[in-house]
Amino acid sequence: MMGVLEVKGLSLTLDGNPILNKLDIDFWDGHVHAVVGPNGAGKSTLAATIMGLSGYRDFEGDIIFKGESIKDLDINERAKRRITLAWQEPARFEGLTIRDFIRSSARDKSVDNLKRTLDEVGLDSDEYLMRAVDKTLSGGERKKVELASILAMEPEVALLDEPDSGIDIESIERIFQAVKVLKDKGTTVIMITHSLAVLNQAEHAFLMCNGTIVDKGVVSKIRSYFEDKCIPCPHKNVPRMAKTGGRV
Amino acid sequence: MSADLTTINDLYEKINSDPHELDDPNVAHLVIDHNKVLGQHQVPGLHMDVDELEDGIKAVMRLDDNTVLEKQVHLCFGMYPEKGVQRIIMDVTIGKNAKISLLSHCVFPYAIDVQHIMHGQIRVGEGSEYSYFERHVHSPKGGVKVYPNAKVEIGKRATFRTEFELLRGRVGLIEIDYEATCQAESILEMNTRISGRADDVIKVREIGHLVGEHSKGVLTSKIAVRENARAEVYNELTATAAYARGHVDCSEIVQDNGIVSAIPIVRVEHPKAHITHEAAIGSVDNKQLETLMSRGLSEDDAVELIISGLLSRKKK
Repeated sequence: MMGVLEVKGLSLTLDGNPILNKLDIDFWDGHVHAVVGPNGAGKSTLAATIMGLSGYRDFEGDIIFKGESIKDLDINERAKRRITLAWQEPARFEGLTIRDFIRSSARDKSVDNLKRTLDEVGLDSDEYLMRAVDKTLSGGERKKVELASILAMEPEVALLDEPDSGIDIESIERIFQAVKVLKDKGTTVIMITHSLAVLNQAEHAFLMCNGTIVDKGVVSKIRSYFEDKCIPCPHKNVPRMAKTGGRV
Repeated sequence: MSADLTTINDLYEKINSDPHELDDPNVAHLVIDHNKVLGQHQVPGLHMDVDELEDGIKAVMRLDDNTVLEKQVHLCFGMYPEKGVQRIIMDVTIGKNAKISLLSHCVFPYAIDVQHIMHGQIRVGEGSEYSYFERHVHSPKGGVKVYPNAKVEIGKRATFRTEFELLRGRVGLIEIDYEATCQAESILEMNTRISGRADDVIKVREIGHLVGEHSKGVLTSKIAVRENARAEVYNELTATAAYARGHVDCSEIVQDNGIVSAIPIVRVEHPKAHITHEAAIGSVDNKQLETLMSRGLSEDDAVELIISGLLSRKKK
């Protein structure tokens, strides 16, 4: 399998607390990956660091995209290489229409394409296109608008942080359909999640605990361990491996 | 083509509008260049008496009782010379149970040292509705000083909506001073959207007095200042009658060396009245910025998009 995005020896400390710990991970080109783990494992921090968000730039290790280090690139320079991130809780933009928001990232800026991306995430384009990305949208609607803008961007790598959070049960299938659309267009999808429903959509999974990757493999294997051991685990991210030096 | 017609066409080109809109016999209009009436058209029920002054015009506008104008009235106040003073005196009386919407453009495309002074006296009769949208288009040189002020009396069950927009060209200096008094069950809405840069100075003073029971008022200011621009926003809303309701909303974005001060005054003098206030002043939100940058926009383009959204017209 060809790795399109590699993270090597990534260590990051925030406010004196080590969050990522010599983390190595390798994402395959065109695959749908899940990074799964308990709350506080460092999953969202990993996504923010790959994207280069402020506050996540001072780390040890390297991030390699198509053989090139991107660790010194600004966010928009990474985005120009077609790496992007969908936030767990998307930003609100007072007065900015959904049309203009999606158009700002779209490769094909035609109105027809903008409408199509809205329809793909289950939002009626006739109703939503001219609405603002503001507090009049529910959290779930904002998640869908965010995903529509990712679809319109046609990225090579899409980091989706908790793609199902705030989404009602009826709409989850739409989100998963959108992930399939991304994959069909060749996008490498990286879903950050602690949801088994999201994990089941992946082709390959990584188990993350205490700031590092503790296992990886087919989804059935990772799901089984995550479901049986991680979800009920009381250790709150002080994994046994930290004490024993071995694998969990 | 006459010189006047050429000027009208030029003015409308500056505001991206079609001068042929004025050909519609159902559209009342008044077009002024400096102190000269270039065009004027009235419709049944609307009376406009206009006198040319040495440095501007005086217009007396009357809308008869029970007159509902379906089409928007177009006003255009322009000044082509680079220097000079334009004084507009407007005396507006809207009769009872009438309705009018005015679209006003103030265009100073070549200003180097121009003053535009507008004095308005507006009375909105019982049960009537008055909407006024004023858009300014200034030169990129910033040589404009604008002083719009108005006293407004809003009758029982009447509605007064005013919206001021200055987003194109440099502000120069602007001092808005509006004061409105609201009788029972009336509605007041004042909305100001201005974008300043370089050494622009923006001063906004908007005051509403909710003196009638069940009257409502909303004062909204959205200002962006960049580079060395400064803004002072003073919004005052007072309620002295039962069930009066009001809200003051200030959103100001500050970039570079810009400075904004906002002074909201909410004053309630009746135990059954209620006024709320919210303000957000500061730089562009980092999460908004990084979201757009993660889609490939440069930081400058992202800031522009965020500000353009904030300053856009609210969808009705």
